[in-house]
Amino acid sequence: MGELVFTGNKGVGVRSDCFVSLELTSGGGIRLALDSKVDVMFGNSIRKEIHGILDHFNIKDAFVTVEDSGALPFVIAARLEAAINKAIAGEKEFIIPMLNENQYVTSKDRNRFSRLYLPGNTPSLMINAGIHRPNGIILDLEDAVAPDKKDEARYLVRNALRGVDFYGAERMVRINQGERGLADLDFIVPHNVNLILLPKCEHPEQVHAVNARIREIGQHREQLNPIWIMPIIESAMGVINAFAIASSAENVVSLAIGLEDYTADIGTRRTAEGSESFFARSMVVNAARAAGIQPIDSVFSDVADMDGLAENVRRSKALGFDGMGCIHPRQIRVIHETFAPAKEEIEKAKKIVNAYHEAEAKGLGVVALGSKMIDPPVVRRALNTIQLAIKMDKLEQNWRESNE
Amino acid sequence: MSKYDKMVTNTAGREVPTVVNGKPATPYMGIGKYKPTGRKTAPPIVSCADYPADGNKVVASLTEALIKCGIKDGMTISTHHHFRNGDLVAVPIFDSAKEMGIKDLMWFPSASFPCHEPLIKYLEDGTIHHIEGSMNGALGRFTSEGKMKGLGVLRSHGGRYQAVQDGDVHVNIAVIAAPSADSFGNANGVNGPAACGLLGFALADSQYADKVIIVTDNLVPFPCIPWQIQGNYVDYVVVLDQIGIPEMIISGTTEITKSPDRLLLAEWSAQFCDEAGLIYDGFSFQAGAGGTSLSIGIYFANILRERGWKARFARGGSNKYLVKMLEEGLVDYILDGQTFDLEGVRSMRDNPAHVNTSPFTSYNYHGKGNFSSLIDVVILGATEVDVNFNANVVTHSDGLLLHGIGGWQNCLFGKTVILPIPLFRDRIPVIRNEVTTLCAPGELIDVIVTERGIAINPRRTDLIEKMKKSSLPIRTIEELKEEAEKICGVPEKPKLTDEIVAVIKWVDGTILDSVYKVDK
Repeated sequence: MGELVFTGNKGVGVRSDCFVSLELTSGGGIRLALDSKVDVMFGNSIRKEIHGILDHFNIKDAFVTVEDSGALPFVIAARLEAAINKAIAGEKEFIIPMLNENQYVTSKDRNRFSRLYLPGNTPSLMINAGIHRPNGIILDLEDAVAPDKKDEARYLVRNALRGVDFYGAERMVRINQGERGLADLDFIVPHNVNLILLPKCEHPEQVHAVNARIREIGQHREQLNPIWIMPIIESAMGVINAFAIASSAENVVSLAIGLEDYTADIGTRRTAEGSESFFARSMVVNAARAAGIQPIDSVFSDVADMDGLAENVRRSKALGFDGMGCIHPRQIRVIHETFAPAKEEIEKAKKIVNAYHEAEAKGLGVVALGSKMIDPPVVRRALNTIQLAIKMDKLEQNWRESNE
Repeated sequence: MSKYDKMVTNTAGREVPTVVNGKPATPYMGIGKYKPTGRKTAPPIVSCADYPADGNKVVASLTEALIKCGIKDGMTISTHHHFRNGDLVAVPIFDSAKEMGIKDLMWFPSASFPCHEPLIKYLEDGTIHHIEGSMNGALGRFTSEGKMKGLGVLRSHGGRYQAVQDGDVHVNIAVIAAPSADSFGNANGVNGPAACGLLGFALADSQYADKVIIVTDNLVPFPCIPWQIQGNYVDYVVVLDQIGIPEMIISGTTEITKSPDRLLLAEWSAQFCDEAGLIYDGFSFQAGAGGTSLSIGIYFANILRERGWKARFARGGSNKYLVKMLEEGLVDYILDGQTFDLEGVRSMRDNPAHVNTSPFTSYNYHGKGNFSSLIDVVILGATEVDVNFNANVVTHSDGLLLHGIGGWQNCLFGKTVILPIPLFRDRIPVIRNEVTTLCAPGELIDVIVTERGIAINPRRTDLIEKMKKSSLPIRTIEELKEEAEKICGVPEKPKLTDEIVAVIKWVDGTILDSVYKVDK
């Protein structure tokens, strides 16, 4: 007889999840008790799924109870597999099909204005995350998961990477710190994760360790798509080593800052005005820029205060950041709109770019706007602004033709 | 008497009885196809000689009033839902009837709420024979399980007025709870501890019932102004300590939603209306009580404010958000059918531009027109929609009857009807091959807005044309259904018996569909 193990969640307010208990027995076959909110419509299909998974793991005799609050199949599979793994640790996995929609690769320099944190053990928040169109979603295995739920969250995150359509958002996972974080990689690297967030990064060696593990996992696979890394600077040591971390590997695409931990580390508290973190934020911006990657700001935690958020984004943009984290879907639009080039910015950039094209057409080496000379970096910035405006539907692709 | 008899297939292809609770019933024939004949019903002629000359109609208790009204077995007793879940009047009526040993009453509420669950014991012991009205929550479950002696009849608010006016339902005794009344029976809903705004749902009953009782906890000296209910219709006045629980009268569904998914639905719905040219200076809209619907109101307000436009009127349930629009000058009039919070009550009491309406003015299909077809944009909910845009609002996909129709069917006559609904709720897809219960013919529903795409009814070629260049995700309804099934799986059909427990009336009194007993 095995011990009784539990996974998943139940109770008031729990939706789209299930609670599984499993006890291996030495005979009697599979005795399944299903209590499902959607029994009338999906009872048979849930029973079939459960029997299929038990069979996959060669379990012939067990008591299984499933209390279901409308969990989707990928959730049921994750919960049951996590329970089986608790009861009989083994190498075997139950891999659900990879959605075609999830096969994409993301580019190194894509927009990363917004990345939406999703607690790694809360399926109800994952299912609709993509419809809010964040640039990225983060399935969080670290701080958003209770310590005793960290094992089962891995199965859920793995299944979400394969089975949830995030509608083109960059699919990111924040792994845990240290050894646990390296072990997390087994559950995400083979499943086309686009980017890994590395928490509490203080030394380039941490990036190297992650990359070594990715390579190791990759040896047993046909071919892995590129996996980007976003180290998060959350300590004084991290700030001091920011450039070394930013330039530690080819696949490091951005450098983020986490201010809650950082302010605690330097012995102060986070304020709205933020002078205590000015140095750290500037360090991260400069380190990232020096390494040619994107600096990304911390989250703004008052989800009800949209004006405060917009103000925060404006400050962040002014400091040189290219994006920030969000903890609620409603923050996404404010972040995008505020990071996007403003109307006046676009108008000014159009004039400069027009002047640049005219100069080029006339074979002139110098760009001038009226009597004013325009320096090359200013032209470059204007070109970037235009490109961004087009990407964000603020400007038509053929704006120069339609102007004429 | 059998609950129902003589099944036929109606124009909508649904099996419906032509005898309901012993009375003949007409099957649904199509929108606007059934032509009523004859004359409206009328209450008995009475004489002032039989009423106190000093105008004082107060009697000592509800029981005394019921006795004086001649309560007896088999009568129809009506109540109204303007106190929503805070109603303290309906249950005591049947407590009294039980004490008197009265049997087989028909309860004819304008809607029922969870607070009416105690009435189940009277359905079980035969005090109440059956309910014609909405059957919510526990009463719906009781009905679904086939435990009610008679057949449930569900009508819209307009259908209820029509049924009373046409004599389909003969109300013997109407009991009208009134937050403020005088001893003559003049009554209103804007003053008193149980203030709820208006008493429009009771209008038909006051006009057509044989006997009318006003129940109040706030008796004022004659005259009670304004008189939303006229005392000249009233037989008796009863004063109780408390007729409603104020905090329950204020409905819980009247805050704007915080759910990001629902806000997205609201935002897209408003954007859709804007891009389709449905919003203009002087437009009108139906304001609902649900969180999504309220949020759409906020987006409408933003659009109007930005462009310096005004809505001519907003119809429907009022609350603080709508009142704010009125006071900010973003809308000229609120035509209010149901007041949802104290701000709404205050505004209705103090602001002449906040007008109380009734199912007669707004919804009655057997009238010389009604307001609902004048409205530009109507936003409604639904439990299910099918690929032909037919919609269900009373049963869930497992077949359980859990909601009433309310003004929902009546509002379908608005110029553009939009249903913002999630593509699936937990694992339950909302778009089906066929609705479990038909409450709305698909030809009246124009747009379905889900978080994964927006489907326009193919009949609305004008809207399809206008939205061709939209950045919104316009899809076909089949595509949306497939997407939901890809995520959730294909649901099995609920196991229903072939026994009918209730019927759904269309706005003209014909029978649109049947509700079946669930298989336990």
